[in-house]
Amino acid sequence: MAMETGETRQYVTFCLGEELFGVEVARAREILDLVPVTKVPQTPDYLLGVINLRGQVVPVVDLRVKMGLPKAETTRDSCIIVIEVQVDGEVMTVGGLADSVREVLELRDDLIEPAPRLGTKLKTEFIAGMGKLDEQFLILLEIDRVFSSEELAVVQEMQTEMTT
Amino acid sequence: MSSIADTFRDEAAELLQELEAALLALEETPDETALVDRVFRALHTLKGAGGLAGFDIVAELCHEAETTFEEVRSGEHPLDRELVSLTLAAKDLLRLLIEAEFGGAPVDPARVSRLLTSFRQRLGENYAPAAGSGLLTENAAPGLSTYRIRFRPGPGIFRQGIQPQLLLGELCRLGDAVVGAQLDRVPPLDQLDPEECHVYWDVILTTAEDENAIRDVFIFVEDDCELGVQLIDNDGLLDDAGDYKKLGEILVERGDLPEADLEKFLAEKKRLGETLIAAGVVAGGQIDSALAEQERVQRLRRERQTAETSDSIRVKSERLDKLVNLIGELVTVQARLSQLANGREDAALLAVSEEVERLTWELRDQVLTIRMLPIGSTFSRFKRLVRDLGDELGKDVMLFTEGGETELDKTVIERLGAPLVHLIRNSIDHGIERPEERRAAGKPAKGRITLAAEHSGANVLISVADDGMGLDRDKIRAKAIERGLLAPQAELLDREILNLIFLPGFSTAEQVSSVSGRGVGMDVVRQAIESLRGSVEVSSEPGRGTRFTLKLPLTLAIIEGLLVDVGRERFILPLADVEECIALTQADAAAAHGRNLVNVRGELVPYVPLRETFSLPGERPAIEQIVIARLDAGRVGFVVDRVVGEHQTVIKNLGRFYQGVSGVSGATILGDGHVALILDLPQLAAQAEQRELLACR
Repeated sequence: MAMETGETRQYVTFCLGEELFGVEVARAREILDLVPVTKVPQTPDYLLGVINLRGQVVPVVDLRVKMGLPKAETTRDSCIIVIEVQVDGEVMTVGGLADSVREVLELRDDLIEPAPRLGTKLKTEFIAGMGKLDEQFLILLEIDRVFSSEELAVVQEMQTEMTT
Repeated sequence: MSSIADTFRDEAAELLQELEAALLALEETPDETALVDRVFRALHTLKGAGGLAGFDIVAELCHEAETTFEEVRSGEHPLDRELVSLTLAAKDLLRLLIEAEFGGAPVDPARVSRLLTSFRQRLGENYAPAAGSGLLTENAAPGLSTYRIRFRPGPGIFRQGIQPQLLLGELCRLGDAVVGAQLDRVPPLDQLDPEECHVYWDVILTTAEDENAIRDVFIFVEDDCELGVQLIDNDGLLDDAGDYKKLGEILVERGDLPEADLEKFLAEKKRLGETLIAAGVVAGGQIDSALAEQERVQRLRRERQTAETSDSIRVKSERLDKLVNLIGELVTVQARLSQLANGREDAALLAVSEEVERLTWELRDQVLTIRMLPIGSTFSRFKRLVRDLGDELGKDVMLFTEGGETELDKTVIERLGAPLVHLIRNSIDHGIERPEERRAAGKPAKGRITLAAEHSGANVLISVADDGMGLDRDKIRAKAIERGLLAPQAELLDREILNLIFLPGFSTAEQVSSVSGRGVGMDVVRQAIESLRGSVEVSSEPGRGTRFTLKLPLTLAIIEGLLVDVGRERFILPLADVEECIALTQADAAAAHGRNLVNVRGELVPYVPLRETFSLPGERPAIEQIVIARLDAGRVGFVVDRVVGEHQTVIKNLGRFYQGVSGVSGATILGDGHVALILDLPQLAAQAEQRELLACR
């Protein structure tokens, strides 16, 4: 991302553990309270399963596991952020499980710095940049990459492992 | 691209398909003039539409082909295989030309001109170039009119050297004609002057030409004869209400019968025609002609009515998909409504809920039938395939189709094409022998492949059968052993040997042809069919032929399912696979010494415990249920906690994240809004088998 202009964008922010993450508002479709998720057997841990979103079957991903954080119990604050992502040129609706949702905030592009290579304990390839807020950093997600097709291949590998 | 061009593209695709179907049918029955008309019409309409949309080259090519077929129609030009081939080539080229305009590969202009030359050469001296833009912008075939023509030449016509039959012949070429000679004016033999003409003719002509064209035929004899031309039907523009006139009215109109007489005879209430002839008022020939007129017009009007009622509109298939999805949602919501209404003692609410339920199911059925298409449209493209492949491989093969009207879900039909092509190729390549071998075996030189479709319950059976040499069991066995697919000492049932051909990496073609034998054989077919939730079976008699039978569900959108519980999860098992449910007590399980086998009326059936397979939490109940399924591999049980009941299941795709997941074929939304997974029993059984094999090692 080129961050030279002073344009501002809006981000939905949410927590995973201690960290604050952000996704562009334009990509987030809605926020759901945690609903029962149907697990699809023999699939990786980060794929929580599928939910019924008004008649559409939507997959839900555990964003904690996806970002390299330890799995945690769900709480009353847990929620599912429904996001539209592009996978191989195809628009998909997916849900991401987050510990809690915070707020929608505006951030000037020139306040965003590229992701650091080290020191975050997170999977850096999913990070688009770090936004400086008053007290803490906002980690902006490269949301399409989080749900990229290479990741999907894991499902198939896992299956082969189970059966052979 | 403008929308005219887009519309033309759609229309052209249909017309080209129609053209091909008609050509192939024509090759089988060259005498069928209706087929020549179909070819002609398709070319003509394509020419008009192409010109209108600015595809001049398309219009030009169509014009040449059309001119040739015009000559075929008039009998000046014979219809032979070469012409059919040429026109088929033109059809292919037309398709490429049109696609080129929409971003397809460009077409070498030399190909077009070669083809044009071929057509022109066939026409020889009759060649007429397309008559300017007027011809090209002409739209669809003009409407047809039906005329009643009475041609009564003067008695001296022969002396002028005019032959009435030539005139009548010319008239007939204008369209579809029924000619009747009227002999009632012929005098008795002793008064007959053989040099005079006593006969007159009644013609019923259905033509695209107008009245002037008809009168033009008689232009040189007009002064010496009586010529009556009356329009009796013109493609729905005249009063079309109901049936055509009664026989009596026609006769009166023609002046063959005075109206007063008609009333008199009608009063007798017998069959009018017979009465009139008996009374000698009207000649038999006149009645015949009037009846011919009546029949012709009635037929035309009936045809027109059917054409109007089978009128259709074009709808994007995405819209249909969306509709099907909405219905799925509606079904779910309706189930919830029923649940709520049943829980409350409110008669009015219950009544409304029941009404909504009835409407929902009716709506669902209707919407699903919209997606159903007759499979015949796919069948016609195989005729072409068989023809071309037969030529390529030096085999004489004919394709017969049955049950083309059988309806199947659009998606199934689309995805069925490739496997069917494969099966038919195989039949031609491996099944059908060369003509000389066939003759030596006492079979007709022409091989037959029959492609048939029929309904069978909630399934459609599609079979590809040939009358070739049949499958060679020994060869299959040897090949399977050679490929390491079978242990040399294995004892197999006949059916099992035949099923070896479906194994991956199996191919018996000794020679690799461009057609088949690349080792991606029947396993691909089986996979494709299974992905449509179908199955494939093979049967074969040596020397008599081979038959592949595909069993496919009517629709992919809905299945009858059996809803079961395992712990807190709920699953759907496809009811089509399920044979019965039996109880499994912990004592039974213990008695089997840890082996997953259960005795079902003397037969040992292996079972798969779903709780363990899916690593689901929770205690096993004291009495579990085994759902016994009949799979290709035999009977297999699946252990669940509880069988809830039958469930009409609207199938939802799990989407990209879960593509390639085995054991689960989709998901559905239950009445309470929860998602339940639909299990793929054959895959689960295969997985369990593999795990056990590993455990044994």
